[in-house]
Amino acid sequence: MNNRRLTLALMDPPYESANSTTALRIISAALEKGIDVNVFAYEGAVCLPLKDQAPHANPVKGTTVEDESHPTTKAFISSLLEIGKDKPLLTWVNCGLCVDERGASNVVDGVKRGSPADFFKMASESTNTLVIPTK
Amino acid sequence: MTRYVFIESRDPFESRDTQFIEETAIAVKERGHEVTVFLVQNGVLAARESVRRLGRLADAGVTVLADDLSLRERGITAQELAPGVRESGIDALVDALVEKNTKALWH
Repeated sequence: MNNRRLTLALMDPPYESANSTTALRIISAALEKGIDVNVFAYEGAVCLPLKDQAPHANPVKGTTVEDESHPTTKAFISSLLEIGKDKPLLTWVNCGLCVDERGASNVVDGVKRGSPADFFKMASESTNTLVIPTK
Repeated sequence: MTRYVFIESRDPFESRDTQFIEETAIAVKERGHEVTVFLVQNGVLAARESVRRLGRLADAGVTVLADDLSLRERGITAQELAPGVRESGIDALVDALVEKNTKALWH
């Protein structure tokens, strides 16, 4: 069934909370099932797809960038957008005001800019909406 | 009938708020609705039989699922789960979310 659509509202910034990981897992599982997904990233969550993120070495352990193979949220989101480029469709909208406040406009390809009005429209047109708030 | 999915992500030993989810889930179930509580992240710490936390949910007929990755991250095995708690993948949560007439609450 391709008419099922799930909307998620995310608020946590990257590398702060397990909420981000769970949200990405939900998006991945939904796309795998052929379910369209909308994401409205609000507040710190607009930094999840920041293109400037870089994996790092671990000087305490003496390991290199390659050894660490550090996962970045931008890489996960790029992969999910690639999987969800058509059918199923993943639409990722960053809140524009939140982006401007944080200077977070340099994001991976496929991420759109919008407003809470987009979230309202997404929720209105979805099978269900899950809001994952900050703690 | 409405289906309710309560997603509990919080550690029961960190916050008494988790009791709110338990009480609300039971109250909604008693009103004749189908209720699932999905434990994820630190929420799965309540799933162990040894902590005796979720018995009331199971007794009330609430479906209680515990996220498999969250269990593995915390070293909790299926054998340690309380009666009535089932290990589950995140895809089960997605299936529940896209059921018709389903309301979802993240805590």
